[in-house]
Amino acid sequence: MNNPGFAASDSNSGNGSTNVALKLEDLQKDYFLKGETVHALNGVTFEVPEGDFLSIMGPSGSGKSTLLNLVGCLDRPTGGKLYMGPDDVSQMSDNQLSQIRATRIGFVFQSFNLIPQLTLVENIEVPLYYQGKLSRTSRKHCEEMADLVGLGDRLNHRPAQLSGGQQQRAAIARSLVNDPFFVLADEPTGNLDTKTTEEILHLFGDLNKAGKTIVMVTHEDEVAAFTRRVIRLRDGLMEFDRKNDSFGSAYGHGRADLTAPDQPTSPAATSPAATSPDSPAPPAAEEP
Amino acid sequence: MLILRTFVLGIKSLLLHPMRSALTVLGIFIGVASVIWLLAIGEGISQEAQRQIEGLGADNIIVRSIKPLNPPAGGSNSFILAYGLLRSDYDKLISTIPTIKSAIPIREIRREIRFRDRVVDGRLVGSVPEYAEVTQLQVDRGHFITDAEVKLQDPHCVLSKEVAEKLFPFEDPIGRRIYILDHLDYYQVVGVLKHRDATAAVGGSLSAQDFSKDVYVPISTMRRRIGDTIVVRRSGSREGQTVELDQITLRINSIANVMKTARLVKTSLSHHDETGDTAVVIPKELLDQARNTRLMFMVFMGVIAGISLLVGGIGIMNIMLATVTERTREIGIRRAIGANRADIVRQFLAETIVLSGVGGFIGIAAGYLCKPSVLLLRYVLESYAPQMIANLPDVVRNVVPIIVPVSIPLAFGIAVVIGVLFGLYPAYRAAQMDPIEALRHE
Repeated sequence: MNNPGFAASDSNSGNGSTNVALKLEDLQKDYFLKGETVHALNGVTFEVPEGDFLSIMGPSGSGKSTLLNLVGCLDRPTGGKLYMGPDDVSQMSDNQLSQIRATRIGFVFQSFNLIPQLTLVENIEVPLYYQGKLSRTSRKHCEEMADLVGLGDRLNHRPAQLSGGQQQRAAIARSLVNDPFFVLADEPTGNLDTKTTEEILHLFGDLNKAGKTIVMVTHEDEVAAFTRRVIRLRDGLMEFDRKNDSFGSAYGHGRADLTAPDQPTSPAATSPAATSPDSPAPPAAEEP
Repeated sequence: MLILRTFVLGIKSLLLHPMRSALTVLGIFIGVASVIWLLAIGEGISQEAQRQIEGLGADNIIVRSIKPLNPPAGGSNSFILAYGLLRSDYDKLISTIPTIKSAIPIREIRREIRFRDRVVDGRLVGSVPEYAEVTQLQVDRGHFITDAEVKLQDPHCVLSKEVAEKLFPFEDPIGRRIYILDHLDYYQVVGVLKHRDATAAVGGSLSAQDFSKDVYVPISTMRRRIGDTIVVRRSGSREGQTVELDQITLRINSIANVMKTARLVKTSLSHHDETGDTAVVIPKELLDQARNTRLMFMVFMGVIAGISLLVGGIGIMNIMLATVTERTREIGIRRAIGANRADIVRQFLAETIVLSGVGGFIGIAAGYLCKPSVLLLRYVLESYAPQMIANLPDVVRNVVPIIVPVSIPLAFGIAVVIGVLFGLYPAYRAAQMDPIEALRHE
């Protein structure tokens, strides 16, 4: 059993020559409301190579949510092409899209979205269940994932017994358990306070360093500053796609060597830069 | 493995709302239990009725004398009414209808029967040896009436178990002589019978035959010593009636000939039609009727039980629809992390199957309690409301529920099928949700 948590994920796309986790070609999405056509996405083109750490920004109404839904395979585009690894998913059936979501995408939501009646480790297990990959070793694998995000001692807690930050870590563990092509995080820190936000962002940073591809949708500059690359949308079009100059400074001042993944992200090791002190993140439940 | 996981998950979700789940289960539980109960009680009643009718003998035809409702005018206070079957009828039947194997003439008189100071209000039955065979009487001690006794007109008698017990609680009745006051006459006891259950009271012409008060004597003896005319004293008046035979039981050579023979018997007794003082009872016909009645009864019970199961099913659907709405967000999460529509359908269907399955199992357990509960209820009623019990019809008083074996898998199967049927729609609704909308749902 390999350790998919921090293992380089190039095995996923090993069948193609491409090393692209996600590729959008002139992606369009129109909504039809009461006979009126709304162009939510007007042709967006970009690629996300493996190992990238990307944030998608944009004001409300910019098509950010639409893009998220398309990239998350929850919706189908009305035009253009969308590649998950080597496959174009833009014309896939509902069942095929479910399969893509199960195997290639790891979802992290703003409101954590753990299933309340399941324990932490069972929540992490759910994606494996829908892939039909449950086995006797899978429980152990899930426990390893929980350990990876620093929740190894909370395996049998229910979501209600965890703080917001812990819930989000569990959600991240869940998103990683099926070794996806990329992790798709939708405002992952929107419900967290400043300190927890930093912890979560550092966790993402660590994962990225270990080779995970991460696509994060956010409206906060402070959060975007943590990422390697920023794409900004406006009115259904891409406004800019640029490398984040502050990436190095925002993240990684002598961060712990990630070859020792058992070390959970320590709150003490927060990086002082980039994250502005007056972060607008609402105060969520404090981690104990 | 996966199926098991689905069910374990379903049980977990259901246990989040134990009260709600329990109430939903209750609906199915009542449905299943009522299917089993109603069928068991129906079966008990119909088997009881059938047993009683079979006691009459399916290959017999019974011809009875009936006292005319409006006796011919006269009005004298010592009027003697003559009616009923005649010995000539008996001769005619037995000599003209070849399918009659044998015919048993019977004469019955209610009389006080005494031994020393003990008195029983009994029934003197004059008949022939075959009577015991036809009515399935079994001799306990001594012997039943013999041909020789009939021929010699011996003053001998055979007592039913109950009469023997009342008259001779301490002595051996065999060889003793009982006394019949009305005729100043003694009969020597030659036999005692075993207990015999009463037969059915079917048709207006044949009341339930209770053998517990019977004293059997040779019919020839009865004719010589008592005669055809008996007098009943009432306050201030005497009423006499002359009846040659009260009943003739005809034994037919094969069941197939019963109906045919019955028509012939009716034809040859047509001279009684004018007075209407005879009746032909065909147990086989009654038996067939009882079978039809039983079938109808079963169908009727089944419909009632079906309705209660239907109501239970609607209860399940109601709850599941509420659950689906309440768990919209969970459905969204599951869809987002890889569940396809079939997975969602499976998940909710598993919950309804668990609900209805649990209801089914408890219902079956309750079904098995049917017999003890009915017996307990009757015992309680007998103890605290004997009047009420006495007013109930015989079958209700005596019914012992018999669980119809097929009703167990049937009821359980119906419960699960209902769970699936009524669970499909909520599950389908859940699966059709747009994951984006579902995720946004609060």
